[in-house]
Amino acid sequence: MKYIDEFRQREAAQGILKKIYALSGKKVNIMEICGTHTHAISKYGIRNSLPSHIRLISGPGCPVCVTSAGDINRIIEFCKREKNTIVATFGDMMRVPGTESSLQEQKAMGKDIRVVYSPLGALDIALANPGKEIILYAVGFETTVPTVAATILLAKEKGIQNFSAFTLHKLTPPAMKALLDSGELDLHGFLCPGHVTAIIGANAYKFLAEEYQAPCVVAGFEPLDAIHGLYMLIKQLKEDRVEIEIQYKRVVTWEGNTRAQRILEQVFEICDSNWRGIGKIPMSGLRLKNEFADFDAEKKFVIEAGIDEEPQGCACGDVLKGLLTPNQCPLFGKICTPESPVGPCMVSFEGTCAAYYTYGISQPILTG
Amino acid sequence: MCLGIPGRILEITGAMAKIDVAGTRKEASLMLMENVSVGDYVIVHAGFAIQKVNEKEASETLKIVKDIIGDVSS
Repeated sequence: MKYIDEFRQREAAQGILKKIYALSGKKVNIMEICGTHTHAISKYGIRNSLPSHIRLISGPGCPVCVTSAGDINRIIEFCKREKNTIVATFGDMMRVPGTESSLQEQKAMGKDIRVVYSPLGALDIALANPGKEIILYAVGFETTVPTVAATILLAKEKGIQNFSAFTLHKLTPPAMKALLDSGELDLHGFLCPGHVTAIIGANAYKFLAEEYQAPCVVAGFEPLDAIHGLYMLIKQLKEDRVEIEIQYKRVVTWEGNTRAQRILEQVFEICDSNWRGIGKIPMSGLRLKNEFADFDAEKKFVIEAGIDEEPQGCACGDVLKGLLTPNQCPLFGKICTPESPVGPCMVSFEGTCAAYYTYGISQPILTG
Repeated sequence: MCLGIPGRILEITGAMAKIDVAGTRKEASLMLMENVSVGDYVIVHAGFAIQKVNEKEASETLKIVKDIIGDVSS
């Protein structure tokens, strides 16, 4: 598999890891922002392979996990009440527990809720069911937003009137800024998300270097990418440099995908957004522009506010902020498992708790 | 959720493409792309091609990795 196999060479990964050991220095805390990185770092045993003075902290990089309990409850209550609708959503959203139920439980009780792989799948459902209203329940960061925006443009172009979207999209750089502003974490650098940056461009992180002196490296998701990205970041820290660097140059540019950006900006506008564990972050969300009101489920239907309560004893909020590791949550692995998740971080394969639970005993690459 | 897989464009029909993703044929939209042709590799995410894969840069990254490993002073 081209562009995959070359970046999974074990010997090369071991070689870079040895160089990381050779760069040994003071204690550093590096945050990986993206859930796909969290998953890869756990899956390939990278966390356990690093020298003990390099600590990887998982950030709020799983869109399912950062969706507030209130927003999860809103769609569940909506499904309970509405009769002539089909809700289409991405797979991970099905199992996220709300306060009293989940979409999966609603489906089991007979509600028409379907998993789509692409937002375009919701359009197909709309065309096949002209007598029903189809609501795309969409979460996701900047990687996913242009795909939803393009779908809405297509719905408008084709005059599909029984389709709308309930969107809870969030933006990555404002969350990074909020974490640094909180002062709760002692962070020395960021491993930045490859596919988010493929869209927004690496220039989006310049403020982190200029205003916060936080070095950043945008890395890909294969094990060699992640380890190479960490090497670049650790080298910066060792040399007291503060730069934005791109490891994942085969996909990421400084400007990003300008066409995708234009499509995103045509359909969405920036707004404040509530993040699980963090609360309201100014200008960190997106909402549909007024001219797309016909496709805005929140304008087309009544989607009431939901109870914004964390499950009892669940530490997902602090895990998302990087303040706790999953095994510091009293529920982890006991009451809360991937088979029976209490909090969202145990649901998605990108969730920090799910990654720790599944791969927590991974052997380090160097010795495994 | 931000998972993206590289695939090779096999066929383009309007704004849609047939793409070979790790041996599986998938349909993906090219609405977010400019100037792509059959044979190009793209990252596929949620049914859309979101960015081209640059072959020259991929080779360059592998060369840099090799240089780091081989450089006794780094």
